[in-house]
Amino acid sequence: MSVLLFTALILLGSFLAGFLGSLTGLGGGVVIVPLLALVFHVDMRYAIGASLVSVIATSSGAAAAYVREGYSNMRIGMFLEIATTIGAIAGALIAARVSTSTIAIVFGFVLLYSAYLSVRAQPPHPVNEPQDRLARFLRLDGDYPTPQGSEHYTVHRIPLGFGLMFGAGTLSGLLGIGSGAVKVLAMDQAMRIPFKISTTTSNFMIGVTAAASAGVYLARGYIDPGIAMPVVLGALAGSMLGAKVLVNARTRSLRFVFSAVIVALGFEMIFNGFTGRL
Amino acid sequence: MNSTQNPQPPASPQPAPKWNDQRIELIIGHLLRSGVLLSAAVVIFGGIVYLVRHGHSIADYRIFHGDISPLRTLPGIFHSTLEFSGRGIIQFGLLLLIATPIARVIFSAVAFAIERDYLYVAFTLAVLAVLACSLAGAALH
Repeated sequence: MSVLLFTALILLGSFLAGFLGSLTGLGGGVVIVPLLALVFHVDMRYAIGASLVSVIATSSGAAAAYVREGYSNMRIGMFLEIATTIGAIAGALIAARVSTSTIAIVFGFVLLYSAYLSVRAQPPHPVNEPQDRLARFLRLDGDYPTPQGSEHYTVHRIPLGFGLMFGAGTLSGLLGIGSGAVKVLAMDQAMRIPFKISTTTSNFMIGVTAAASAGVYLARGYIDPGIAMPVVLGALAGSMLGAKVLVNARTRSLRFVFSAVIVALGFEMIFNGFTGRL
Repeated sequence: MNSTQNPQPPASPQPAPKWNDQRIELIIGHLLRSGVLLSAAVVIFGGIVYLVRHGHSIADYRIFHGDISPLRTLPGIFHSTLEFSGRGIIQFGLLLLIATPIARVIFSAVAFAIERDYLYVAFTLAVLAVLACSLAGAALH
């Protein structure tokens, strides 16, 4: 395949991934690596390197839009970034030491889990939990705008959330993804932060987390300009269009279709990992 | 902002710093967006140079050669960019992209310092130190 055709096809694929990822809220990173590895037979290391830089682009590009809504909590984000960035470096160092087949298998299981998280019903937060002393010391509690006016929220179980964030960072560094699903899980389910705050703060954190592993990826030669160029530009354009098309409502049926694609890619990655093809 | 006086006591004891936080976040949002658009422009420019020169070569990324690429170090990237190599310019654009969230962290440290929130200045510097460790590998070659 010529460089011109290769670039054009990857640009188109990444555009679709970014567009659907932003519409469904699942992020484009999860499908870019399987797309490159399974369809274009790109070495896993090049694939995760290109995907990681595209994650920085889409999260930073979306940040301006998210910030205007006034939902993200800078203190929660910065405090938890200590965990995600250390995790990200750990993940990137592990990626250099394990075989690409192992990475493919872990990637497959993360895809399956992301699909499960996206379609299951959200368990409601328990009400009237006592205020957390650590959260008060760290000044993590905040207010957010609702149709009924400004509402106060409190943050809980900080050590658990911090630990999960380390895990999210490790996955991000190991697989070249934003691991937004795990970050939202840590904030929404473990720390009982309102869902809207969790998703916007997570987006804010993804870029910094990815930058931490990007340094390691760069030094190891995982970031190749020939692949990263169409992936970054395609995913960025796709995610920006996705955010324009649908700001508030996230179509449920589209979410199911995209989740089905993710499940299929997950099984494919696991199969190819076990048979040593990736 | 508060047009009606609520009879209940306000939920948050300090409304003023909250407003400051919002302003800072807005500035940060614009900073991130500008960084991304600038790096995308550089990547597009480098991409055109690359495709014009190498568009008809064969693309094969099945085998990993990244460990010997000159574009895996900062000096290598700068050198290649100055030589007007398409791949070098793309990589320089990607470097700007990686620097964007790092600039955001630096800006947050300043913002927390202005607010005299020294605990969060310390947290932000810790994040910055981790980021510096990560990039040190690519800088020192």
